Amino acid sequence: MWEWIVEPWRYGFMRQALAATLIVGATCSLLGVYVVLRRMAFVGDAIAHTTLPGLAIAYLNRWNLLAGALVAALATALAIGWLSRGRRLREDAAIGVAFSGMFALGVALTSRMKSQRDFAHLLFGNVLAVTTADLIGLAAAGVLTCGALWLFNKEWMLTTIDPLHAQTIGLSPEWMRQLLLVLLALAVVSGIQAVGVVLTTSLMVTPAASAALITRRLPWMFAWSATFAGVGGVVGLYASYYLSISAGASIVLACTLLFGLASLAARWRQRNRLTAASAGCGP
Amino acid sequence: MTAAKPCDPFLPYGGRGHRDPRPDQPALAVERLRTRYAGAAGWTLVDVSLRIAAGARVALVGPNGAGKSTLLKTIAGLIPVAAGRVRIYGNSIGACHHRLTYLPQRSELDWQFPCTVADLVMTGRYVHMGWLRWPRRADRERVAEALRRLEIAPLADRRIGDLSGGQQQRALLARALAQEACLFLLDEPLNGLDESTRDLLDDVLSAHTRAGGCVLAATHDLGRLAESFDSAVFLRDGQIENQFALRSEGEFRYPPRHFHGRVES
Repeated sequence: MWEWIVEPWRYGFMRQALAATLIVGATCSLLGVYVVLRRMAFVGDAIAHTTLPGLAIAYLNRWNLLAGALVAALATALAIGWLSRGRRLREDAAIGVAFSGMFALGVALTSRMKSQRDFAHLLFGNVLAVTTADLIGLAAAGVLTCGALWLFNKEWMLTTIDPLHAQTIGLSPEWMRQLLLVLLALAVVSGIQAVGVVLTTSLMVTPAASAALITRRLPWMFAWSATFAGVGGVVGLYASYYLSISAGASIVLACTLLFGLASLAARWRQRNRLTAASAGCGP
Repeated sequence: MTAAKPCDPFLPYGGRGHRDPRPDQPALAVERLRTRYAGAAGWTLVDVSLRIAAGARVALVGPNGAGKSTLLKTIAGLIPVAAGRVRIYGNSIGACHHRLTYLPQRSELDWQFPCTVADLVMTGRYVHMGWLRWPRRADRERVAEALRRLEIAPLADRRIGDLSGGQQQRALLARALAQEACLFLLDEPLNGLDESTRDLLDDVLSAHTRAGGCVLAATHDLGRLAESFDSAVFLRDGQIENQFALRSEGEFRYPPRHFHGRVES
């Protein structure tokens, strides 16, 4: 049994993958709390998908892939913030248009690639090939995101609950939203390393959504979200190692499984509370 | 207002410090104010002029779409002033934002957010904290006091999503008290509330004006107009149609049995 547990970690690439998964998981899942609370899951998905043309252009020109993704993601984040300001176009429609158009451009560009395997790595990530330099970049993005969340939590909280009050006291909800979008872009790009363009959103949304099911306090939601992402990452890597399945997909599947367990737990707890209340011994 | 002068925030929101009220200036002076919504053809408010002295409770009455909410939002700095002038304690909009609070209609808040009633009331203190500052003991004391005043102290750790409509409105007013704002702008504060909550809010607001604060409230509740307000402003199609006092000066303004919300007998 012990042998079964430690065996994967004898390999350097697995240890690197574990470190990357935990860092990315923490970054994405902590930020994911606000993505879920502000109902921005679709925006996150859009930013993830629009990084594809950036990645493809960087790949074809032999530039740094992450830099390409980051530029594309930041451009999208700023564009979404700008487009949805005037409310001339409904936000979801604006995002829908930009998102599918950019993704199509990415697919068109990648179809000129010689190797379809590289394309698959962009779409679904390849956490097993993470280098030490990548890890440093991921850690930097993680520190930046978590630091910002810690420093500006009270402002994001207020602009989410009551943007009008925030604006009256001189705190611009627009700016806080824009800042969140920029961090979202950063988290998305780090998520691409682990699970790829298509699945990054799930790393952001699934752990936070699971946390929202089992707790009703913001600090606990952050804690649970990071826990779910961490456990999902480790379980996913084991599954990937022993079942020989794609690491990105198995991490996402593990997170989804945890979401299922969390919703069962939430339902079970609710039913217990109801029976307790009907038996007259409720609080 | 007799409250102690709050300390200036370290890094204030909006980049502007808090200015003191100018002496001899009314709490609110609106002169020939015009506003319009972005993209709209006509004016939403046309040449609205209004003066509210410290200690006054003014009702803003009028049919739907008359511009009541727009006027409140413009004074709160949420809608830009197209023409005319708004002065709050003699200062321009934004320079005095800690002295003003705007209570939106309850539907404009996200009540599903996972935070407690105490957290929500604490957001009233944010204007005094500014960036990179966290609640301190004095802030927590003010919050506890405001919760007690609105009789929702036992709900402090309740999630805001679990509150009833009346409790939500109490929490919002508690936030305004915690902010130690002087000028309260209220949008339909008594809509859909039970009688006891209305009485409590009335008490709190009358205590607030007696202490020198000011209230400007949009209301539909004409039945309570005379007993809850000093004067009323009738708005129609963005213009002030009529404006009159509901009580003559010198008349005893508030029954003595009301004192800080408790009944003395």
